[in-house]
Amino acid sequence: MLTAVAGYINFWLIAILLLVGVYGIIATENLLKKLMALNVISVAIILFYLNLGQKAGSTVPILLPGAEVGVVNAYANPLPHTLMLTAIVVGVATTGVGLAMLYKIYHRYGSLEEPDVLKEMRQ
Amino acid sequence: MKKVALILLLLLAGLFIYTSFDLPPTNDLNSPPAAHVSPRYIEMAHEETGAVNMVTAVLADYRGYDTLGETTVIFTAGISCLLILEARRKQKRNKRGGR
Amino acid sequence: MRERYGTTILDTAIRLLVPFYLLYAVYVLVHGHYSPGGGFQAGVTLAASILLVNMVQGDEVTWGVNKQTAVILASIGTFIYAGIGILALFWGGNFLDYGVLPLGEIEPKVRALGTLGIETGVTLGVMGTFIVIFNLLTGREE
Repeated sequence: MLTAVAGYINFWLIAILLLVGVYGIIATENLLKKLMALNVISVAIILFYLNLGQKAGSTVPILLPGAEVGVVNAYANPLPHTLMLTAIVVGVATTGVGLAMLYKIYHRYGSLEEPDVLKEMRQ
Repeated sequence: MKKVALILLLLLAGLFIYTSFDLPPTNDLNSPPAAHVSPRYIEMAHEETGAVNMVTAVLADYRGYDTLGETTVIFTAGISCLLILEARRKQKRNKRGGR
Repeated sequence: MRERYGTTILDTAIRLLVPFYLLYAVYVLVHGHYSPGGGFQAGVTLAASILLVNMVQGDEVTWGVNKQTAVILASIGTFIYAGIGILALFWGGNFLDYGVLPLGEIEPKVRALGTLGIETGVTLGVMGTFIVIFNLLTGREE
């Protein structure tokens, strides 16, 4: 029982973080807060991938001086680290595009609250 | 609306916990992500690419095409930001000057 | 572009610190083969140090990279990356296969040099893009 909890509690916490983000998208009416909730979801997914790359007793995927090369279990899986490194930078850049769009929405409709924007659009 | 969302999310949380038992447990040495290509990266990265840091070796050499795509995405994001915001400024200037 | 944020104390502190930030960014770039680091991290550090000066000095900024230059730098960075990939085609390799470039005898060393080249491209691209996005989002209405 305890080993099962220890093996899976990371996934449950990450699921809770992802659901916090989904709730933020559904429940808030401010578009800026929706963008922040999207970023929370992106962080949850990055943590999920990094969690899959861990091994018991492993270290960072950089060859230690003097270490034997062939020991696979001594190093963490380098592939999730690589993919998430690029995902973080791309996430920042796409958040910039989202903020630019919000800037333009605010100029056009005078508000970032979703009901106000919808009301202005229907007129 | 918020109550419906909460109930739906609770159902989703139950589904996540139920399906999480099909994933490999954390720190598992023989999990599928650690078994397929990553042993090859760890064993051969220094020999084949000359990089001690395996993350750099995978990022720039084994998966260089992937990184080219990511760089293009970042560059495109910057350009689209420029187009979205600068177009507005130019329109305003034209309106002020033209009429 | 925007109002001056800092006081004299902040201004003096920035003048002392920013050269070390720039040096550290270059270290992260060129030492990416042997320690944690690489093109993306170096680009973000460079952009952060330039934007720090930009934020503290506001309109009176005399040093840094403005929006037009940053767009050109981002284009050059992406072009360097794709250009090295195409350069490998001329010596009979595949796209982005740096091992065939005529830079030396030992193949892993040549590959490390090619990797350094494309990391430089990534650095310039990330730096330019972040400076452009920040300058646009915080820019004043003309």
